[in-house]
Amino acid sequence: MSAPTVKARRKWLPGFATAAIWSIASVALFAGIWEFCWYMRWANPMLMPPPHMFLQDVLYVGKLFDKSTRLGNPSDIEIVLTILKTVGATTMRVIIGLIAGLVVSLAVGMAIRYSPLFGKLVMPVINLLAPVSPIGWLPVAMLIFGLGDAPAIFLVYIALFFIMTLATLSLIDRLPSSYVQSARIMGASRLQIFVLVILPAILPGLFVVLRINLFAALMIVLIAESVGVGGGLGLVVIIARNTFDAQLAFFTMFIIGAVGFVLDIALRQIQRRVLYWQA
Amino acid sequence: MSDVSNATTAPDGAPAISCKSVGKIWGMGTDRAVEALKDFSLDVGQNEFVVLLGPSGCGKSTLLYLIAGLEDLTAGAIEGHGVTVTGPDSDRSLIFQESSLYPWLSVVENVSFGLKLRGMAKGKRRKVAERLLVDVGLGGFESKRPDELSGGMRQRAAVARALAMEPSVLLMDEPFAALDVQTRTKLQDFLIQIWRDSGASVLFVTHHIDEAMALADRVVVFTARPGTIKSIVPIDLPRPRDPRDPELHALRDHLIDLLADEVDRAFAEQEQIADKDKIRA
Ligand SMILES: Nc1ncnc2c1ncn2[C@@H]1O[C@H](COP(=O)(O)OP(=O)(O)OP(=O)(O)O)[C@@H](O)[C@H]1O
Ligand SMILES: [Mg+2]
Repeated sequence: MSAPTVKARRKWLPGFATAAIWSIASVALFAGIWEFCWYMRWANPMLMPPPHMFLQDVLYVGKLFDKSTRLGNPSDIEIVLTILKTVGATTMRVIIGLIAGLVVSLAVGMAIRYSPLFGKLVMPVINLLAPVSPIGWLPVAMLIFGLGDAPAIFLVYIALFFIMTLATLSLIDRLPSSYVQSARIMGASRLQIFVLVILPAILPGLFVVLRINLFAALMIVLIAESVGVGGGLGLVVIIARNTFDAQLAFFTMFIIGAVGFVLDIALRQIQRRVLYWQA
Repeated sequence: MSDVSNATTAPDGAPAISCKSVGKIWGMGTDRAVEALKDFSLDVGQNEFVVLLGPSGCGKSTLLYLIAGLEDLTAGAIEGHGVTVTGPDSDRSLIFQESSLYPWLSVVENVSFGLKLRGMAKGKRRKVAERLLVDVGLGGFESKRPDELSGGMRQRAAVARALAMEPSVLLMDEPFAALDVQTRTKLQDFLIQIWRDSGASVLFVTHHIDEAMALADRVVVFTARPGTIKSIVPIDLPRPRDPRDPELHALRDHLIDLLADEVDRAFAEQEQIADKDKIRA
């Protein structure tokens, strides 16, 4: 009985619209509970300011995002630009780190399988270093790269490199052998097999690993920024903590969530449009 | 056997494939060594259609891999047109049970992949590939991706990809096993036509006795592992063959008998191995 109704509804609403409606409903539910708690005076607005409060005063919190605007008397436009700059700094660090991690681990993983000698030389070190948490690399990153973008990017890269190198190896090993055999019969050289067959065959799988590690990458950048590699949303989190500014803290959380959400959607779109095949 | 068109590279009279006392032990020298083939000798004539029939695990796929030059043999020798096989060559094409088309390429790019490796110009290889796709009944599917095709269409495309290299030997490892009966019958007819047109020799592995009888000039029945030749059954009937033909009826019974012994032996051996493992455990 219910089947025809479902069909009819699908006609009216495309998939993404249904998904969007549920997202909005879900967020609205939790925001509503929060607002209700504030309305009933169960939640102290100084400690748990409800969404309408921490989202309303963008100009106040935006001012705190950077020391150039924090003390002076910036114009509204300057404040908005400050927010964008901070968000941009964090986002860019994540993106460059992701790209570096993807490219280098792909190259190293393929080189290990391409040259057994290289593999024997490199694998033991990779296996030894893989368990070291990216946090452990933090002092090293700051010692080598000092302050600024480089150490944050390096940490994202490190967080991805070992996982993705091992993933590359396992993806190569699990390819259907007929892919390589067919290429050999058609006269492909070893290099051609790696570039024309193995690389495209493993890319979609590797991109999935990248996507799974997106949030870890975002987290590691925030941690690096919070210990002071310079600027970024992670620094704002620490400012909020040091000044006990709940409004700033929640606003920043909201922004971080939004950044992660948008990055995830972007990666998913790349997967769907560029890497549509499955190995 | 009849001598056919593309015998250009062959020294006079040399068979398309000649297996001489071929042996293969997988993992030789380890405690996991498995003797897959033993003392296997067979000549395949030019434009001959040979079907390999045998119990599971008797080394049929192994033999095709060795002939393709993808694996090293551990005893004997294999020659293609009188020349010892030392590695893979596009003259001996292997078609797998599951199509090995590349899912990131369109159908036409798949078919022209080998031509690209040969350095053929883009426009030219596209033309060749398009013509081949028409030949295998896939005209109009050039820009589709492999996963948009049915299983039968994918195998046709795989055949087109092999034909693009103009091989003189087609090695086919249960190419139609994953297809439904109707599609399989259609593809058998299709393959016969391809085989006639191309003048290639075919070595075709199957588990289906009816398929063997529909296709083969000769059916080679394997013993259980280590695989060697139990019997060679020539079939001298014109194609297309009617499965209800009384002559084929007798033949079917004969093949079933030949196979049944070996299948029993293969199973007995597997049970023995299982028992040994149980004792060990
Ligand atoms: N790459 C390999 N490494 C080790 N042993 C192998 C390998 N390939 C096959 N074998 C072994 O060789 C024997 C013969 O295998 P093969 O695949 O040639 O049999 P088959 O006749 O094709 O069987 P089926 O009809 O089930 O496909 C089997 O015992 C198998 O376990
Ligand atoms: Mg097999």
